[in-house]
Amino acid sequence: MVKVTIDGIEVEVEENTTILNAARRIGGDVVPPAMCYYSKLKGSGGKCRTCLVKVSQGSAKDPRPMPKLVASCSTMVQDGMVILNSTSPEVVDARKSVVEFLLINHPLDCPVCDQAGECDLQNLTYAHGLSKSRYEEERRTFEKIDIGEHIQLHMTRCILCYRCVYTADQITDKRVHGVLNRGDASEIGTYIKNVIENDFSGNVIDVCPVGALTDKTFRFKQRVWFSKPMDAHRNCSKCSGKVALWMKGNDILRVTGRKNSFGEVEEFICNECRFEKKKTEDWTIEGPRHISNHSVISQNHYENTFKAKLASRQPKEIYGNKDSAEK
Amino acid sequence: MGKKLLFKHIDVPGIKDFTVYRSKNGYEAVEKALKTMSPDEVQEEVKKSGLRGRGGAGFPAGMKWSFLDRKSDKPRYLVCNADESEPGTFKDRYLIEHIPHLLVEGMILSSYALGANTSYIYVRGEMKTPIKILENAISEAYANGFLGKNILGTSYSLDLYVQPGGGAYICGEETALLESLEGKRGNPRMKPPFPAISGLYGSPTVVNNVETISAVVPIINDGGDAYAQIGIGKSTGTKLISACGNINKPGVYEIELGLPVEEFIFSDEYCGGIWKNKRLKAVVPGGSSVPILPAELILKTLQGEPRLMSYESLSDGGFASGSMLGSGGFIVFDEDACIVRNTWNFSRFYHHESCGQCSPCREGTGWMEKVLHRIENGHGNERDIDLLVEVAKKIEGNTICPLGDAAAWPVASAIRHFREEFEWHIREPKESMKRNYGIREKSILGA
Repeated sequence: MVKVTIDGIEVEVEENTTILNAARRIGGDVVPPAMCYYSKLKGSGGKCRTCLVKVSQGSAKDPRPMPKLVASCSTMVQDGMVILNSTSPEVVDARKSVVEFLLINHPLDCPVCDQAGECDLQNLTYAHGLSKSRYEEERRTFEKIDIGEHIQLHMTRCILCYRCVYTADQITDKRVHGVLNRGDASEIGTYIKNVIENDFSGNVIDVCPVGALTDKTFRFKQRVWFSKPMDAHRNCSKCSGKVALWMKGNDILRVTGRKNSFGEVEEFICNECRFEKKKTEDWTIEGPRHISNHSVISQNHYENTFKAKLASRQPKEIYGNKDSAEK
Repeated sequence: MGKKLLFKHIDVPGIKDFTVYRSKNGYEAVEKALKTMSPDEVQEEVKKSGLRGRGGAGFPAGMKWSFLDRKSDKPRYLVCNADESEPGTFKDRYLIEHIPHLLVEGMILSSYALGANTSYIYVRGEMKTPIKILENAISEAYANGFLGKNILGTSYSLDLYVQPGGGAYICGEETALLESLEGKRGNPRMKPPFPAISGLYGSPTVVNNVETISAVVPIINDGGDAYAQIGIGKSTGTKLISACGNINKPGVYEIELGLPVEEFIFSDEYCGGIWKNKRLKAVVPGGSSVPILPAELILKTLQGEPRLMSYESLSDGGFASGSMLGSGGFIVFDEDACIVRNTWNFSRFYHHESCGQCSPCREGTGWMEKVLHRIENGHGNERDIDLLVEVAKKIEGNTICPLGDAAAWPVASAIRHFREEFEWHIREPKESMKRNYGIREKSILGA
């Protein structure tokens, strides 16, 4: 076990833990955002550079600070390491610039994008972005392509996190898509219009941090915050069958994996559960899914949030501070 | 006349052939090392010589070798980085084309020192002729018993392979090179682990530049101490400099480190002065990725001392008033050269060569190139200059591999030293167009 300090909070973790996972142990604001790292995918991370942190003390043995900001998702903790995340202006500045870089070629088409409301890039921009872009040049654009019967790829929105490539590589039998070309011309593609046909291919939609890969059975059906997320399960021979249903009244609009507080699915689900079982009788519904009240998705679910807000509200003396009111 | 170590016999006709090379004391270092020295002794000589990596970073080669994980039971590899693609640098190609056996000999010595039984030379794909020459030299070495099983009757065996790359600048970065060598997409790896612990196929690997490996030959022949006598301070030995740009005698020169820059540019032995008797404007001393320096700073440091061709002297003053020796691509600009156009040209290169793996480099290089293209074509804006500085600053240090830094430095340094020229370009687009493109003002500005 090693002890590390992140933003002044000490935490004890096993050796060979990354800084990001150590921060996730603490939770809250200490956790750096991650657009490409996915704990269930081996080899992911290091690419988006949003999780950069400052190491102000390398370890107890060698207290020198690291010369550059490091990617917290791929840097291992050392005993006595001191890490600064949101408390370092340098880190906040670097994160701001990464957001700016990611948005250069990202179309700001959130109003027509199915991912809006549950988009990692949208959340990141909200937290760290500038309100105005300084980019005046032409943006790169691509045609939408269908990869498989139920999945659409809109490369224009892609931020090249490589998550879908790792997913296809590691949880399906045969990968038929990958990254073609290089630099800002690189694109996710299947090379000569191959089709992704695999029982678990639908998971590329869940891992996509933006709206580049979308579920064709759900496209333009409903804004995500108007639908009710429910936990449900069924007996499935291929996967665990534990899913989240996104419902409107009694209709099931979409089926996804259950995502945890870091936006990662708990268990990958099969295509049959995801695309074909769209009737209420297919599922045993467990109850409403907990959604953080910071999320836009929770805005219509007063039964959850309103009570919580009332409970957290302490009575305040509003007439006490007369001086400032008069001024 | 400076001392020549690598290019001692370069003018001998037919030195490409094994017999001629052998008659000029070729492969004597291999005989000496394999028969009379242990691998550790070879490494000790290299350490003593103070040889520094010639690929750009200037890291001591002996120290890099000592990081190699020798406890691992996996095979060890030596990989020679001949993926030379930096604009302005063409020394390795010249060396391979003219004296390929020197590299083969260096590979045998270095592999022996590291205990590698399989070694690779990763050559840039576009270098068709050098690949042929090198393959020919290797087969000659096999035929004469310097490669293969039980070299010279000793227990040491070595197989040497040439692997052509696909023609990507990024594969000159050592971990991207290893990925490419394994047959994958040439994306740099996350570090740590460094190649010395987990490199090619997960085995301990050393990656060295062509010139570094070739320099092992004179070190073994004459001894590490003799090599350390040449040069100045921590910059020992000789360095190949590929000089190009507006000079009278472009080409590859072997210099003793510590030669004054002024002498290198103006003496007849080397560059022979600026062409057409024009004045010197600026120099990029180490390949396109290092900061550009104006004439007054390249000839003398800020303290007024003469600038020397050495790792320390060229980087004197940090990036504020210094640069780097880098890979030795010496690009000279005369008084009429346009710094803006040149910076755009470099920037275009890095935009094209960015692998696209991490976001600051993928998006930032394209952004800088587009803004510079706009300035160069007369559509610049006053605020663009500050924007460029800021974008460069944001890329630098935030990327996986040094390509991001390499893309940011030329832009940042050009603006640092030639800000007025950028401003003039923006203020007077017609004038600058006239200077750079003659009469093309209408077709470009009319668009």
